[in-house]
Amino acid sequence: MPDASAISKPVAGYMAPPSRTADKAFEWLTLFMALTVVLLIVLVGWQLAAGSSGAIRKFGFGFLFSTQWDPVNEEYGALPFIYGTLVSSFLGLLIAVPLSIATAIYLTELAPRWLRQPIISLVEMLAAIPSVILGLWGIFVMVPWLQKYPFAWLKNPHHLGWLPLFRGPTYGVSLLAGGTIVAVMILPIITSLSREILVSVPNLQREAAYALGATRWEVTRIAVLSYAQRGLFGAIILGLGRALGETMAVTMVIGNRPVISASLLKPGYTLASVIANEFAEATTDTYLQALFEIGLVLFALTIVVNLIAQLLLMRFSGESLGRSVQ
Amino acid sequence: MEVTMIDNPVQNPQREQRAPAPAAIQPEEPPAFQVENLSVWYGKKQALFDVTTNIPSKTITAIIGPSGCGKSTFLRCLNRMHELVPSSRTEGSVRLFGQDLHARDTDASIVRRRVGMVFQKSNPFPTMSIGENVIVGLRLNGVRNRAILNERMEKALRMAALWDEVKNDLNRPGMSLSGGQQQRLCIARAVAVEPEVLLMDEPASALDPIATMKIEELTQQLKANYTIVIVTHNMQQASRVSDKTMFFYMGKLIEYGETKQMFFQPAEKKTEDYITGRFG
Repeated sequence: MPDASAISKPVAGYMAPPSRTADKAFEWLTLFMALTVVLLIVLVGWQLAAGSSGAIRKFGFGFLFSTQWDPVNEEYGALPFIYGTLVSSFLGLLIAVPLSIATAIYLTELAPRWLRQPIISLVEMLAAIPSVILGLWGIFVMVPWLQKYPFAWLKNPHHLGWLPLFRGPTYGVSLLAGGTIVAVMILPIITSLSREILVSVPNLQREAAYALGATRWEVTRIAVLSYAQRGLFGAIILGLGRALGETMAVTMVIGNRPVISASLLKPGYTLASVIANEFAEATTDTYLQALFEIGLVLFALTIVVNLIAQLLLMRFSGESLGRSVQ
Repeated sequence: MEVTMIDNPVQNPQREQRAPAPAAIQPEEPPAFQVENLSVWYGKKQALFDVTTNIPSKTITAIIGPSGCGKSTFLRCLNRMHELVPSSRTEGSVRLFGQDLHARDTDASIVRRRVGMVFQKSNPFPTMSIGENVIVGLRLNGVRNRAILNERMEKALRMAALWDEVKNDLNRPGMSLSGGQQQRLCIARAVAVEPEVLLMDEPASALDPIATMKIEELTQQLKANYTIVIVTHNMQQASRVSDKTMFFYMGKLIEYGETKQMFFQPAEKKTEDYITGRFG
């Protein structure tokens, strides 16, 4: 029989005492790794700020509100790019979110088992297509098609043409084309994240709804989607983060004209696109600094959007979820 | 040792009549469930073997047996929850007051509205308030009238012995309650739609002794209005709460009888071994 004092006795001679050094080393190592990430973000922000300091001093806050982008006369303003970035990202979300979440619901709740893995693999393959290939497809296939059918339909005054959003001559390349390609690019990430989140909804929640006599749609609505709403919102925000920074494919179909027009069928320009397009030809210091500042704006915009999302998420959970999210 | 099942009303109807039935059981009352030759497979594995039995109305029937003996499967057949396992297959019939629940043209949703269920772990809907959790089943049934909803909410919470504890907090999230309260909330949610039967799948196994006692007291009160079938791992619980007990082993119904008789004089050697803790 083990006696009570056995617990305070030293371990038998053939056993090593528990190692505290390994514990400490592990703690420091992981701390160091975590700090590296923080340091990288700070460094990127600092480099962008340093690179653009000349332009910041020259244009001040006016840079954010000016619509002029005229390298010949050394006038630079970021507003058309901010507008183009936000609008194309928003359009991308508008198209991608319903598709992605519906796909995720189908995959977790409805699809027969044998069909699930093939669809998941296909969605992941979509994510693996290089951006520039999607851009080429966008130029040669998507844009002409959009121009011929959806755009023609939208701008018809009998349909939606009376809205300022769908007015004016169309060239195919446009904010809406940019938004569509953004949607294609963020669809895989939102779908796979949403699927992971829906899969993690405890079966007990589904059973609770089924036991009340709920149909499959009712189970999805009251047990699955409401349980997962927070996670799904997070997935959408991650998609938005991607959308804001999407460069290559968007550049190829958005038209690259630094103008702000109400019509979504007109060309636009994004922050990421202007950097990619004009970096090589930025011959003067101010031009280069202005492009750096565009980068800084994009960096800040991404952070601000994420912060707003975090705040929304906190409010959202505070009101409706209570202590449920632990 | 081969002994015929005692007190199985299908096999020994006369015996059921002659036995000095406890006051709670009205022999003339028709049985709630009539189960005939029920077998269930999950994929190739057979989980339930040819179960034939009756479950009397307005009584508490406990189902005991070791893990994996088919007791949960049997319980879930009573409201067709077993069908949620995609590979499941059923033979035989389950009738509730004469209506075949497993018939091809019987809608599982309607079966589940008549046969409510409470689970091992409490599972209130986390995004809903206490009050909304109770009436969610009514809302699914298309009840929109606020007065009716409020009335049924209070009634269900009173039946679940939870009203006094939550009447001032109906708008707080259901998850803000303690574990035992959450389980009673789930009972309230189940009885709010006024089912005919309440199935309980180890309803107290995740609760502390005081919360367990409350649930057990509650089952005694609910017995007046409901037929209750309760699966439990806890033999003392079965003997405390139930009028009748079923013992399942390896997917077969080994013995079914009055709880007192089962615990003091089991007819089957296996039952005795299980009850006295020699296996399981």
